[in-house]
Amino acid sequence: MKIYLRRQLNLLEFTLSSLLRRKGKNLALLVVFSAIVFMLASALLYSHALRREAAILLKDAPELVIQKMVGGRHDLLPQANLAKLAEVRGITQIHGRLWGYLFDPIAAANYTVMVPQTNPPEPGFAIIGEGISGARGAEPGDQLSFKSHDGGLLTFRVAQVIAYESALATSDLFLVNEDDYRRLYGIAPGLFTDAVAKVRNPREVGKAAEKIAELLPDSRIVLRDEILRTYESVFDWREGLLLVLLTGAVLAFAIFAWEKASGLSAEERREIGILKAVGWETGDILLMKMWEGGVMSLSAFLIGYLLAYLHVFYLGAPLFEPVLKGWATMYPAFRPTPFIDGFQVATLLILTVLPYLAATVVPIWRAAIIDPDQVMR
Amino acid sequence: MAKRKSVLVLAALGAGFLLFGGSLIDAAWKRDAAMARMEAASKWVERLELTDLVLFTEARYTRNLALADRFSAFQDHPMAFEHFPSGSVALPPRHLTRAP
Repeated sequence: MKIYLRRQLNLLEFTLSSLLRRKGKNLALLVVFSAIVFMLASALLYSHALRREAAILLKDAPELVIQKMVGGRHDLLPQANLAKLAEVRGITQIHGRLWGYLFDPIAAANYTVMVPQTNPPEPGFAIIGEGISGARGAEPGDQLSFKSHDGGLLTFRVAQVIAYESALATSDLFLVNEDDYRRLYGIAPGLFTDAVAKVRNPREVGKAAEKIAELLPDSRIVLRDEILRTYESVFDWREGLLLVLLTGAVLAFAIFAWEKASGLSAEERREIGILKAVGWETGDILLMKMWEGGVMSLSAFLIGYLLAYLHVFYLGAPLFEPVLKGWATMYPAFRPTPFIDGFQVATLLILTVLPYLAATVVPIWRAAIIDPDQVMR
Repeated sequence: MAKRKSVLVLAALGAGFLLFGGSLIDAAWKRDAAMARMEAASKWVERLELTDLVLFTEARYTRNLALADRFSAFQDHPMAFEHFPSGSVALPPRHLTRAP
Protein backbone atom coordinates (compact mmCIF):
# COMPACT_ATOMS: atom_id res chain seq x y z
CA MET A 1 0.00 0.00 0.00
CA LYS A 2 2.80 2.34 1.00
CA ILE A 3 4.66 1.54 -2.21
CA TYR A 4 1.52 2.15 -4.25
CA LEU A 5 0.94 5.53 -2.61
CA ARG A 6 4.59 6.53 -3.05
CA ARG A 7 4.39 5.57 -6.72
CA GLN A 8 1.29 7.72 -7.18
CA LEU A 9 2.94 10.65 -5.40
CA ASN A 10 6.00 10.32 -7.62
CA LEU A 11 3.82 10.23 -10.70
CA LEU A 12 1.95 13.33 -9.53
CA GLU A 13 5.25 15.06 -8.78
CA PHE A 14 6.46 14.29 -12.28
CA THR A 15 3.13 15.42 -13.79
CA LEU A 16 3.29 18.74 -11.95
CA SER A 17 6.85 19.36 -13.13
CA SER A 18 5.72 18.61 -16.66
CA LEU A 19 2.74 21.00 -16.29
CA LEU A 20 4.98 23.70 -14.83
CA ARG A 21 7.29 23.48 -17.84
CA ARG A 22 4.35 24.88 -19.89
CA LYS A 23 3.20 27.18 -17.13
CA GLY A 24 1.56 29.95 -19.17
CA LYS A 25 -0.42 27.67 -21.43
CA ASN A 26 -1.70 25.48 -18.61
CA LEU A 27 -2.57 28.44 -16.40
CA ALA A 28 -4.55 30.02 -19.24
CA LEU A 29 -6.38 26.73 -19.74
CA LEU A 30 -7.19 26.50 -16.03
CA VAL A 31 -8.53 30.08 -15.98
CA VAL A 32 -10.75 29.56 -19.04
CA PHE A 33 -11.91 26.13 -17.82
CA SER A 34 -12.79 27.57 -14.39
CA ALA A 35 -14.61 30.51 -15.99
CA ILE A 36 -16.80 28.14 -18.04
CA VAL A 37 -17.59 26.03 -14.97
CA PHE A 38 -18.31 29.25 -13.07
CA MET A 39 -20.84 30.43 -15.67
CA LEU A 40 -22.54 27.06 -15.94
CA ALA A 41 -22.62 26.54 -12.16
CA SER A 42 -23.93 30.08 -11.58
CA ALA A 43 -26.78 29.48 -14.03
CA LEU A 44 -27.54 26.08 -12.49
CA LEU A 45 -27.46 27.27 -8.89
CA TYR A 46 -29.43 30.44 -9.57
CA SER A 47 -32.16 28.84 -11.64
CA HIS A 48 -32.61 25.87 -9.33
CA ALA A 49 -32.75 28.06 -6.21
CA LEU A 50 -35.27 30.36 -7.85
CA ARG A 51 -37.46 27.50 -9.01
CA ARG A 52 -37.54 25.90 -5.56
CA GLU A 53 -38.27 29.23 -3.92
CA ALA A 54 -41.08 29.88 -6.41
CA ALA A 55 -42.56 26.45 -5.64
CA ILE A 56 -42.58 27.24 -1.89
CA LEU A 57 -43.93 30.76 -2.32
CA LEU A 58 -46.64 29.83 -4.80
CA LYS A 59 -47.82 26.67 -3.07
CA ASP A 60 -50.90 28.60 -1.86
CA ALA A 61 -51.58 30.42 -5.14
CA PRO A 62 -55.22 30.33 -6.27
CA GLU A 63 -56.44 26.88 -7.34
CA LEU A 64 -58.27 28.29 -10.35
CA VAL A 65 -57.97 31.67 -12.06
CA ILE A 66 -60.70 32.49 -14.56
CA GLN A 67 -60.21 35.27 -17.09
CA LYS A 68 -62.62 36.55 -19.70
CA MET A 69 -61.14 36.76 -23.19
CA VAL A 70 -62.32 39.11 -25.93
CA GLY A 71 -60.60 39.11 -29.32
CA GLY A 72 -57.71 37.08 -27.92
CA ARG A 73 -57.11 39.56 -25.12
CA HIS A 74 -57.89 39.58 -21.46
CA ASP A 75 -61.06 41.56 -20.68
CA LEU A 76 -63.03 42.58 -17.59
CA LEU A 77 -65.21 39.90 -16.07
CA PRO A 78 -68.84 40.85 -15.30
CA GLN A 79 -70.55 39.96 -12.00
CA ALA A 80 -73.11 37.86 -13.96
CA ASN A 81 -70.33 35.43 -14.93
CA LEU A 82 -69.35 35.03 -11.29
CA ALA A 83 -72.92 34.06 -10.43
CA LYS A 84 -72.86 31.41 -13.19
CA LEU A 85 -69.52 30.04 -11.99
CA ALA A 86 -70.78 29.74 -8.42
CA GLU A 87 -73.27 27.14 -9.66
CA VAL A 88 -70.56 24.80 -10.98
CA ARG A 89 -70.57 21.69 -8.83
CA GLY A 90 -67.42 21.27 -6.76
CA ILE A 91 -66.63 24.97 -6.53
CA THR A 92 -66.89 26.08 -2.93
CA GLN A 93 -65.79 29.66 -3.17
CA ILE A 94 -65.51 32.15 -6.00
CA HIS A 95 -64.96 35.87 -6.10
CA GLY A 96 -63.66 38.53 -8.43
CA ARG A 97 -60.17 40.00 -8.14
CA LEU A 98 -59.35 43.61 -8.86
CA TRP A 99 -55.85 44.34 -10.01
CA GLY A 100 -54.06 46.21 -12.75
CA TYR A 101 -50.85 47.90 -13.77
CA LEU A 102 -49.91 51.48 -13.12
CA PHE A 103 -47.00 53.35 -14.69
CA ASP A 104 -45.51 55.89 -12.34
CA PRO A 105 -43.79 58.58 -14.45
CA ILE A 106 -41.89 59.96 -11.45
CA ALA A 107 -40.06 56.70 -10.74
CA ALA A 108 -40.43 55.50 -14.37
CA ALA A 109 -41.59 52.20 -12.91
CA ASN A 110 -44.54 49.85 -13.33
CA TYR A 111 -46.55 49.04 -10.22
CA THR A 112 -49.20 46.39 -9.71
CA VAL A 113 -52.28 47.92 -8.09
CA MET A 114 -54.39 45.41 -6.24
CA VAL A 115 -57.39 45.22 -3.92
CA PRO A 116 -56.91 42.70 -1.09
CA GLN A 117 -59.94 40.54 -0.29
CA THR A 118 -59.20 40.63 3.42
CA ASN A 119 -58.26 43.70 5.47
CA PRO A 120 -58.08 46.20 2.61
CA PRO A 121 -56.62 49.61 3.46
CA GLU A 122 -58.93 52.44 4.51
CA PRO A 123 -60.11 54.73 1.69
CA GLY A 124 -57.30 57.11 0.75
CA PHE A 125 -54.63 54.81 2.21
CA ALA A 126 -52.30 52.35 0.53
CA ILE A 127 -50.05 49.47 1.54
CA ILE A 128 -46.96 49.45 -0.66
CA GLY A 129 -44.21 46.96 -1.49
CA GLU A 130 -40.62 47.68 -0.57
CA GLY A 131 -39.75 48.23 -4.24
CA ILE A 132 -42.17 51.16 -4.49
CA SER A 133 -40.99 52.46 -1.14
CA GLY A 134 -37.42 52.42 -2.45
CA ALA A 135 -38.26 53.89 -5.87
CA ARG A 136 -40.28 56.79 -4.40
CA GLY A 137 -38.54 57.08 -1.03
CA ALA A 138 -41.98 56.65 0.57
CA GLU A 139 -42.40 55.68 4.21
CA PRO A 140 -45.59 55.19 6.28
CA GLY A 141 -47.39 58.53 6.56
CA ASP A 142 -46.03 59.91 3.26
CA GLN A 143 -48.37 60.76 0.40
CA LEU A 144 -48.24 59.46 -3.17
CA SER A 145 -50.35 60.94 -5.97
CA PHE A 146 -51.29 59.39 -9.28
CA LYS A 147 -53.31 60.51 -12.25
CA SER A 148 -56.60 58.66 -12.41
CA HIS A 149 -58.35 57.56 -15.65
CA ASP A 150 -60.04 60.94 -16.08
CA GLY A 151 -56.89 62.99 -15.51
CA GLY A 152 -57.75 63.91 -11.92
CA LEU A 153 -55.21 63.47 -9.16
CA LEU A 154 -55.72 60.71 -6.59
CA THR A 155 -53.66 60.94 -3.43
CA PHE A 156 -52.88 58.00 -1.19
CA ARG A 157 -51.27 58.07 2.22
CA VAL A 158 -48.90 55.17 2.85
CA ALA A 159 -50.34 53.05 5.68
CA GLN A 160 -47.69 50.33 5.64
CA VAL A 161 -44.62 49.20 3.74
CA ILE A 162 -44.55 45.44 3.24
CA ALA A 163 -41.42 43.96 4.81
CA TYR A 164 -38.39 43.35 2.63
CA GLU A 165 -38.58 39.61 3.46
CA SER A 166 -41.62 39.23 1.18
CA ALA A 167 -40.13 41.28 -1.69
CA LEU A 168 -40.12 38.41 -4.17
CA ALA A 169 -43.93 38.28 -3.97
CA THR A 170 -44.83 41.86 -3.09
CA SER A 171 -42.08 44.27 -4.17
CA ASP A 172 -44.16 46.21 -6.74
CA LEU A 173 -47.57 45.89 -5.09
CA PHE A 174 -49.71 48.94 -4.39
CA LEU A 175 -52.66 47.75 -2.31
CA VAL A 176 -55.71 49.99 -2.17
CA ASN A 177 -59.38 49.97 -1.24
CA GLU A 178 -61.96 48.79 -3.82
CA ASP A 179 -63.55 52.26 -4.19
CA ASP A 180 -60.14 53.87 -4.72
CA TYR A 181 -59.24 51.22 -7.28
CA ARG A 182 -62.42 51.80 -9.27
CA ARG A 183 -61.92 55.56 -9.11
CA LEU A 184 -58.31 55.23 -10.27
CA TYR A 185 -59.13 53.14 -13.33
CA GLY A 186 -62.74 54.16 -13.96
CA ILE A 187 -63.96 50.58 -13.70
CA ALA A 188 -67.68 50.39 -12.98
CA PRO A 189 -68.98 48.37 -10.02
CA GLY A 190 -69.83 44.80 -10.99
CA LEU A 191 -66.77 44.40 -13.22
CA PHE A 192 -63.66 42.52 -12.11
CA THR A 193 -60.19 41.94 -13.54
CA ASP A 194 -60.57 38.18 -13.20
CA ALA A 195 -61.90 35.61 -10.73
CA VAL A 196 -60.37 33.02 -8.43
CA ALA A 197 -62.12 29.86 -7.29
CA LYS A 198 -61.59 27.16 -4.69
CA VAL A 199 -62.58 23.58 -5.36
CA ARG A 200 -63.85 21.23 -2.65
CA ASN A 201 -61.83 18.23 -3.73
CA PRO A 202 -58.35 19.07 -5.06
CA ARG A 203 -58.51 16.04 -7.34
CA GLU A 204 -61.50 17.55 -9.11
CA VAL A 205 -59.79 20.79 -10.14
CA GLY A 206 -59.39 19.58 -13.73
CA LYS A 207 -63.03 18.51 -13.89
CA ALA A 208 -64.19 21.87 -12.48
CA ALA A 209 -62.04 23.68 -15.07
CA GLU A 210 -63.70 21.63 -17.85
CA LYS A 211 -67.16 22.54 -16.56
CA ILE A 212 -66.21 26.23 -16.41
CA ALA A 213 -64.89 26.08 -19.97
CA GLU A 214 -68.20 24.58 -21.12
CA LEU A 215 -70.25 27.15 -19.22
CA LEU A 216 -68.17 30.16 -20.30
CA PRO A 217 -66.45 29.31 -23.58
CA ASP A 218 -64.95 32.81 -23.82
CA SER A 219 -62.92 32.29 -20.64
CA ARG A 220 -59.39 31.17 -20.01
CA ILE A 221 -58.68 29.06 -16.97
CA VAL A 222 -55.28 28.83 -15.31
CA LEU A 223 -54.80 26.08 -12.75
CA ARG A 224 -52.44 26.27 -9.78
CA ASP A 225 -50.45 23.40 -11.26
CA GLU A 226 -49.95 25.42 -14.43
CA ILE A 227 -48.76 28.42 -12.39
CA LEU A 228 -46.26 26.18 -10.60
CA ARG A 229 -45.12 24.58 -13.86
CA THR A 230 -44.57 28.04 -15.37
CA TYR A 231 -42.03 28.76 -12.65
CA GLU A 232 -40.48 25.34 -12.93
CA SER A 233 -39.37 26.21 -16.43
CA VAL A 234 -38.34 29.80 -15.76
CA PHE A 235 -34.57 30.15 -16.21
CA ASP A 236 -34.37 26.51 -17.04
CA TRP A 237 -30.74 25.99 -17.94
CA ARG A 238 -31.67 23.63 -20.74
CA GLU A 239 -33.87 26.20 -22.35
CA GLY A 240 -33.89 29.84 -23.26
CA LEU A 241 -31.32 32.42 -24.01
CA LEU A 242 -28.96 31.37 -21.26
CA LEU A 243 -28.33 28.10 -23.03
CA VAL A 244 -27.83 29.80 -26.39
CA LEU A 245 -25.18 32.06 -24.84
CA LEU A 246 -23.53 29.26 -22.91
CA THR A 247 -23.52 26.78 -25.79
CA GLY A 248 -21.22 29.05 -27.79
CA ALA A 249 -18.83 29.43 -24.86
CA VAL A 250 -18.86 25.72 -24.05
CA LEU A 251 -18.25 24.71 -27.66
CA ALA A 252 -15.38 27.20 -27.98
CA PHE A 253 -13.87 25.78 -24.81
CA ALA A 254 -14.38 22.20 -25.96
CA ILE A 255 -12.40 22.95 -29.13
CA PHE A 256 -9.71 24.74 -27.12
CA ALA A 257 -9.42 21.96 -24.53
CA TRP A 258 -9.44 19.23 -27.16
CA GLU A 259 -6.75 21.03 -29.13
CA LYS A 260 -4.64 21.52 -26.01
CA ALA A 261 -5.17 18.06 -24.55
CA SER A 262 -5.13 15.94 -27.66
CA GLY A 263 -2.77 17.78 -29.97
CA LEU A 264 0.47 16.22 -28.85
CA SER A 265 3.41 18.49 -29.48
CA ALA A 266 6.65 17.06 -30.83
CA GLU A 267 8.14 17.78 -27.42
CA GLU A 268 5.49 15.72 -25.65
CA ARG A 269 5.97 12.86 -28.11
CA ARG A 270 9.69 12.92 -27.47
CA GLU A 271 9.04 12.97 -23.72
CA ILE A 272 6.91 9.83 -24.02
CA GLY A 273 9.55 8.17 -26.15
CA ILE A 274 12.28 8.94 -23.64
CA LEU A 275 10.16 7.79 -20.71
CA LYS A 276 9.50 4.51 -22.44
CA ALA A 277 13.15 4.15 -23.39
CA VAL A 278 14.22 4.60 -19.74
CA GLY A 279 11.83 1.88 -18.65
CA TRP A 280 8.42 3.49 -18.07
CA GLU A 281 5.54 1.25 -18.98
CA THR A 282 2.51 2.30 -21.02
CA GLY A 283 0.42 2.06 -17.82
CA ASP A 284 2.73 4.51 -16.00
CA ILE A 285 2.45 7.05 -18.79
CA LEU A 286 -1.32 6.73 -18.85
CA LEU A 287 -1.47 7.12 -15.07
CA MET A 288 0.69 10.23 -15.28
CA LYS A 289 -1.64 11.74 -17.88
CA MET A 290 -4.68 10.80 -15.81
CA TRP A 291 -3.20 12.69 -12.92
CA GLU A 292 -2.66 15.65 -15.24
CA GLY A 293 -6.27 15.58 -16.50
CA GLY A 294 -7.62 14.93 -13.02
CA VAL A 295 -5.72 17.78 -11.36
CA MET A 296 -6.66 20.25 -14.09
CA SER A 297 -10.35 19.35 -14.33
CA LEU A 298 -10.96 18.91 -10.60
CA SER A 299 -9.23 22.23 -9.88
CA ALA A 300 -11.37 23.93 -12.55
CA PHE A 301 -14.52 22.37 -11.12
CA LEU A 302 -13.75 23.36 -7.54
CA ILE A 303 -12.65 26.92 -8.42
CA GLY A 304 -15.64 27.43 -10.77
CA TYR A 305 -18.23 25.93 -8.45
CA LEU A 306 -17.02 27.72 -5.29
CA LEU A 307 -16.87 31.09 -7.08
CA ALA A 308 -20.36 30.46 -8.50
CA TYR A 309 -21.67 29.68 -4.99
CA LEU A 310 -20.27 32.98 -3.69
CA HIS A 311 -21.54 34.85 -6.76
CA VAL A 312 -25.12 33.56 -6.49
CA PHE A 313 -25.75 33.12 -2.78
CA TYR A 314 -23.51 35.76 -1.23
CA LEU A 315 -23.45 38.50 -3.88
CA GLY A 316 -26.96 37.94 -5.30
CA ALA A 317 -25.77 37.04 -8.85
CA PRO A 318 -24.77 40.57 -9.97
CA LEU A 319 -23.55 39.25 -13.35
CA PHE A 320 -27.09 38.12 -14.24
CA GLU A 321 -28.71 41.30 -12.99
CA PRO A 322 -28.48 43.37 -16.22
CA VAL A 323 -30.37 40.68 -18.14
CA LEU A 324 -32.88 39.93 -15.40
CA LYS A 325 -33.55 43.58 -14.69
CA GLY A 326 -33.97 44.49 -18.35
CA TRP A 327 -35.58 47.88 -18.81
CA ALA A 328 -37.39 47.61 -15.50
CA THR A 329 -36.76 50.29 -12.88
CA MET A 330 -37.78 48.01 -10.05
CA TYR A 331 -36.11 44.73 -9.42
CA PRO A 332 -36.43 43.06 -6.04
CA ALA A 333 -33.09 43.04 -4.22
CA PHE A 334 -33.35 39.30 -4.09
CA ARG A 335 -30.68 37.01 -2.75
CA PRO A 336 -31.66 33.44 -3.61
CA THR A 337 -31.94 30.85 -0.87
CA PRO A 338 -29.37 28.12 -1.57
CA PHE A 339 -31.32 25.12 -2.71
CA ILE A 340 -28.73 22.89 -4.35
CA ASP A 341 -29.70 20.09 -6.64
CA GLY A 342 -27.16 17.32 -5.93
CA PHE A 343 -27.94 15.65 -9.24
CA GLN A 344 -27.20 18.83 -11.20
CA VAL A 345 -23.91 19.41 -9.34
CA ALA A 346 -22.91 15.77 -9.87
CA THR A 347 -23.75 16.12 -13.58
CA LEU A 348 -21.63 19.25 -13.77
CA LEU A 349 -18.75 17.45 -12.03
CA ILE A 350 -18.94 14.50 -14.41
CA LEU A 351 -19.25 16.74 -17.47
CA THR A 352 -16.24 18.75 -16.29
CA VAL A 353 -13.95 15.88 -15.40
CA LEU A 354 -14.71 12.96 -17.73
CA PRO A 355 -14.49 14.61 -21.18
CA TYR A 356 -11.27 16.40 -20.23
CA LEU A 357 -9.79 13.21 -18.83
CA ALA A 358 -10.70 11.37 -22.04
CA ALA A 359 -9.28 14.16 -24.19
CA THR A 360 -6.00 13.95 -22.24
CA VAL A 361 -5.60 10.21 -21.97
CA VAL A 362 -6.77 8.85 -25.35
CA PRO A 363 -4.15 10.53 -27.59
CA ILE A 364 -1.40 9.74 -25.09
CA TRP A 365 -2.47 6.11 -25.04
CA ARG A 366 -2.17 6.09 -28.86
CA ALA A 367 1.33 7.56 -28.66
CA ALA A 368 2.36 5.39 -25.73
CA ILE A 369 1.65 2.07 -27.44
CA ILE A 370 3.99 2.90 -30.33
CA ASP A 371 7.57 1.72 -30.24
CA PRO A 372 9.77 4.31 -28.39
CA ASP A 373 12.33 4.29 -31.14
CA GLN A 374 9.69 5.28 -33.69
CA VAL A 375 8.30 8.03 -31.43
CA MET A 376 11.73 9.58 -30.84
CA ARG A 377 12.66 9.69 -34.52
CA MET B 1 11.06 17.72 0.51
CA ALA B 2 11.16 16.03 -2.88
CA LYS B 3 7.39 15.63 -2.91
CA ARG B 4 6.56 19.17 -1.93
CA LYS B 5 4.68 20.09 -5.09
CA SER B 6 2.52 16.98 -5.12
CA VAL B 7 1.70 17.26 -1.41
CA LEU B 8 0.82 20.92 -1.86
CA VAL B 9 -1.47 20.20 -4.81
CA LEU B 10 -3.18 17.32 -3.01
CA ALA B 11 -3.64 19.53 0.06
CA ALA B 12 -5.11 22.30 -2.12
CA LEU B 13 -7.51 19.85 -3.78
CA GLY B 14 -8.45 18.45 -0.36
CA ALA B 15 -9.12 22.00 0.88
CA GLY B 16 -11.24 22.59 -2.23
CA PHE B 17 -13.34 19.52 -1.48
CA LEU B 18 -13.67 20.61 2.16
CA LEU B 19 -14.94 23.99 0.97
CA PHE B 20 -17.29 22.18 -1.42
CA GLY B 21 -18.68 20.19 1.52
CA GLY B 22 -18.77 23.42 3.52
CA SER B 23 -20.90 25.04 0.81
CA LEU B 24 -23.47 22.25 1.18
CA ILE B 25 -23.56 22.72 4.97
CA ASP B 26 -23.74 26.50 4.53
CA ALA B 27 -26.63 26.02 2.07
CA ALA B 28 -28.56 23.86 4.55
CA TRP B 29 -27.97 26.41 7.31
CA LYS B 30 -29.03 29.34 5.12
CA ARG B 31 -32.13 27.45 3.99
CA ASP B 32 -33.25 26.97 7.59
CA ALA B 33 -32.70 30.66 8.25
CA ALA B 34 -34.64 31.63 5.11
CA MET B 35 -37.66 29.43 5.84
CA ALA B 36 -39.32 32.12 8.01
CA ARG B 37 -38.84 34.68 5.24
CA MET B 38 -40.33 32.36 2.62
CA GLU B 39 -43.27 31.53 4.87
CA ALA B 40 -43.94 35.26 5.35
CA ALA B 41 -43.92 35.79 1.58
CA SER B 42 -46.12 32.72 1.09
CA LYS B 43 -48.68 34.20 3.54
CA TRP B 44 -48.91 37.30 1.31
CA VAL B 45 -49.38 35.08 -1.75
CA GLU B 46 -52.25 33.32 0.02
CA ARG B 47 -53.83 36.49 1.39
CA LEU B 48 -53.65 38.44 -1.87
CA GLU B 49 -54.25 35.38 -4.09
CA LEU B 50 -51.15 36.18 -6.10
CA THR B 51 -50.31 34.11 -9.15
CA ASP B 52 -46.82 35.38 -9.91
CA LEU B 53 -43.51 36.49 -8.46
CA VAL B 54 -42.08 39.97 -8.88
CA LEU B 55 -39.18 38.92 -11.10
CA PHE B 56 -39.60 41.17 -14.13
CA THR B 57 -41.69 44.32 -13.79
CA GLU B 58 -40.89 45.68 -17.24
CA ALA B 59 -43.74 44.12 -19.24
CA ARG B 60 -47.15 42.76 -18.30
CA TYR B 61 -46.50 39.33 -19.77
CA THR B 62 -43.29 38.92 -17.79
CA ARG B 63 -44.67 40.50 -14.60
CA ASN B 64 -47.51 37.99 -14.65
CA LEU B 65 -45.88 35.11 -16.48
CA ALA B 66 -48.53 32.55 -15.57
CA LEU B 67 -51.31 34.78 -16.89
CA ALA B 68 -49.62 35.81 -20.15
CA ASP B 69 -51.88 35.51 -23.19
CA ARG B 70 -51.14 33.84 -26.49
CA PHE B 71 -50.63 37.14 -28.28
CA SER B 72 -47.90 38.55 -26.07
CA ALA B 73 -44.80 39.63 -27.92
CA PHE B 74 -42.44 36.95 -26.69
CA GLN B 75 -44.77 34.19 -27.69
CA ASP B 76 -44.53 34.89 -31.41
CA HIS B 77 -42.32 31.85 -31.60
CA PRO B 78 -40.05 30.16 -29.10
CA MET B 79 -36.71 31.94 -28.69
CA ALA B 80 -37.95 35.03 -30.56
CA PHE B 81 -35.75 38.01 -29.90
CA GLU B 82 -37.82 40.82 -28.60
CA HIS B 83 -37.89 44.23 -27.05
CA PHE B 84 -37.82 43.29 -23.38
CA PRO B 85 -34.71 41.39 -22.25
CA SER B 86 -36.67 39.39 -19.68
CA GLY B 87 -38.90 38.04 -22.44
CA SER B 88 -35.84 36.36 -23.92
CA VAL B 89 -34.88 34.79 -20.61
CA ALA B 90 -38.30 33.59 -19.53
CA LEU B 91 -40.17 31.19 -21.74
CA PRO B 92 -43.91 31.25 -22.42
CA PRO B 93 -45.86 29.22 -19.84
CA ARG B 94 -46.21 25.60 -20.88
CA HIS B 95 -49.99 25.64 -20.76
CA LEU B 96 -49.95 28.17 -23.61
CA THR B 97 -47.64 26.26 -25.90
CA ARG B 98 -49.31 22.90 -25.34
CA ALA B 99 -51.91 21.84 -27.91
CA PRO B 100 -55.43 22.04 -26.43
